[in-house]
Amino acid sequence: MNFDDTPQEAAFRAEARAFLSANATLKSDSASRDETEAEYILRAKAWQKLKADHGWACLSYPSEYGGRGATSMENIIWGQEEGKYDVPVGPYAIGLGMCGLTMIAYASEEHLKERIPRMVEGVDIWCQLFSEPGAGSDLANLRTRCERDGDDWIINGQKIWTSGAHFCDWGILVTRSDPTVPKHKGLTFFFLDMKSPGVEIRPIKQISGDSNFNEVYFTDVRIPDHQRLGAVGDGWKVSLTTLMNERLAVGDAGGADAPHILELAQRMSIDGEPAIKSRAVREKIANWHCEKAGLRNTKYRVMSALSQGKTAGPENSITKVVSASKLQDVSSFAIDLMDMGGVMLGREGQEELDGKLFHGSFLGAPGMRIAGGTDEILRNIIAERVLGLPQDVRVDKGIPFNEVEQGN
Amino acid sequence: MNFEFSDEQNLLREQAQRFLSEQSPLSTVRAVLDDADVSCDQALWQGICELGWTGVTVPEAYGGLGMGYLELCVLAEELGRSLAPTPFASSVYLATEALIRFGTESQKQKWLPGLASGELVGTLAVAEGRGAPRPDAMATNYADGSVTGTKLPVPDGDIADICIVLSKDGAGTSLCLVELQADGVTRSVVANLDPTRSQACVEMAGVSAEVLGTGGSGWEQLQELFSRAAVLYAFEQVGGAQASLDMAREYAMGRYAFGRSIASFQAIKHKLADMYIATTLARSNCYYGAWALSEDAPELALAAATARVSATKAFHECSKENIQTHGGMGFTWEFDCHMYYRRAKALSVNLGSLTIWEDRLVDALEARTAEEA
Repeated sequence: MNFDDTPQEAAFRAEARAFLSANATLKSDSASRDETEAEYILRAKAWQKLKADHGWACLSYPSEYGGRGATSMENIIWGQEEGKYDVPVGPYAIGLGMCGLTMIAYASEEHLKERIPRMVEGVDIWCQLFSEPGAGSDLANLRTRCERDGDDWIINGQKIWTSGAHFCDWGILVTRSDPTVPKHKGLTFFFLDMKSPGVEIRPIKQISGDSNFNEVYFTDVRIPDHQRLGAVGDGWKVSLTTLMNERLAVGDAGGADAPHILELAQRMSIDGEPAIKSRAVREKIANWHCEKAGLRNTKYRVMSALSQGKTAGPENSITKVVSASKLQDVSSFAIDLMDMGGVMLGREGQEELDGKLFHGSFLGAPGMRIAGGTDEILRNIIAERVLGLPQDVRVDKGIPFNEVEQGN
Repeated sequence: MNFEFSDEQNLLREQAQRFLSEQSPLSTVRAVLDDADVSCDQALWQGICELGWTGVTVPEAYGGLGMGYLELCVLAEELGRSLAPTPFASSVYLATEALIRFGTESQKQKWLPGLASGELVGTLAVAEGRGAPRPDAMATNYADGSVTGTKLPVPDGDIADICIVLSKDGAGTSLCLVELQADGVTRSVVANLDPTRSQACVEMAGVSAEVLGTGGSGWEQLQELFSRAAVLYAFEQVGGAQASLDMAREYAMGRYAFGRSIASFQAIKHKLADMYIATTLARSNCYYGAWALSEDAPELALAAATARVSATKAFHECSKENIQTHGGMGFTWEFDCHMYYRRAKALSVNLGSLTIWEDRLVDALEARTAEEA
């Protein structure tokens, strides 16, 4: 066992570091920013363009679309290195990680030539229009309608939880073309211009007060048929391509973790003693450390398999389900440790770091336990795909969509 | 990056699985459980000794195979999975390790060949009844070449030939080697939670003893020995956790209620998913512990405590939820679930309780933070 790069990996890492150190600032050296979302997007576009100019924009894409056909291991190494720098990558995660790959699998050559380079160079930002108010974990229960009209399709309905829709240029969309067949069989998939007439975007205010997601309403929106991905009625199959890539993209919840609690417990006191001396506090820190280390070491096992050209096992499927709950528990306990003062974010305009980190994590964690597959769905996936247990009984199986009971 | 066992090590695992499935099926474990007069399966122990497993990490100069700790970790996982009723762990992870680590050259020459071949069984005696042992409250005493005191419980103390005894030694403590057939030793079997592994009371009245290496720092040596043994026991725990999960899965698939396999109910699926999560975290932490042990890395104290805490929790969770998944039948003597449940609990206190190890883990984290500062 060792943690060394192979010579090729080491060379790749050195190349990545050389580019990054010449063009970006380390997180540890950069000051905190106070910028508007528009300023952030501009900064993200500039960084994406710079990466594209130097061949670092989307490593795993085929070279004809601006990528460099990198291996999974190279992708991981790039992520490790870029992650050390204060660079804005968020707005492109969904586009490059999910939409682009779905396009490459299903779009025409002409569309790919037109759309993918713009995505890679950061000109266009993409979003994914999947979830609906009545279709979350049961995504195939979606109701947004598409109806054929000459060479176009007319879209009516509502999507929800669309990350970044308000600053996106293009989106991928799954809709219902035939409600008279069972739910998985009546879906059709498109990509569309988010500036199309009839698209209305309303931000959702989350419990944290932030607005990272939107509701998107479609009123007689026209999409030309040549923007359909996959056959009419094959939308579920296309969606699975996107969802498979989403599962690979969903990772650690981040935020407050065991080291933050350790550091906080060294500063706080209980009964006049440093809180870190309390057995109860130590037990919790030990267990969160075990989870954190367990996820890191599981990732090492996956990387080890990839590095040796093997297929990674299913172990990484535990990452989000473990880290999201840990985030919630860690941040909740941090607030406890600060006792009566735990409720404070800080005086207006002088928010304290402890408040920002732990309140932010506490209010963000419930979303992490839901986004990209709820804790419950992820446990089903582990049970069915990893342990091979049978599916639950589905009462809507084989029943035409328009005859399935829908509730509220 | 290479964070998996090698092809050769996996070959060893396959051989171990084959051998143990033939020589140590659960019926063998049960035979030891059911017979109060039997402390281990002699035929199985002979077979293990003949395969050379007892000498895996012993240098060739002392009659061992001179292989690495990764090989021993592989064997530990398989022994844990099969619940093999032998004194392997006491003799190899504790006594043999203590001699390799702290013995003088002449002590190694004298004792290691016998331990490596399995001709001698060794163990370690620390506890003196209930409650966490403390160096300043140790009643067993070493003076002028002999040990006096009572150790209880001593794992495999009824069948071991030699025993490393933690003793008070003047102002400090020492690890002392005692021959259990010597004059002044009285041994008796102690009934215990996991009868597939024996426990004994060892009374020593002025028994001739030799201090292991240089004396005076027995407690510190013990902590180091425990870190190393914790990784190996953690592999046994992960093996047991995996076996419990596999057993629960197989039963759930075949058990029908309300007209369908109970494995299709989310209540069962989520339970088994949680068992998988706990086992995966523990296994990954064990791998890191194996790396730290094999490299004698500075991270060993933290890596060992992390492996120990995760594996203890995983085995406990999997063994208790395995019974739950089996329903009433899991609560019968006849079903095998309780053998894992018993072993899980016994292993969770054998090197000190979970609380002690959580404490050690945070000690190691604090030490690391202090170093970085």
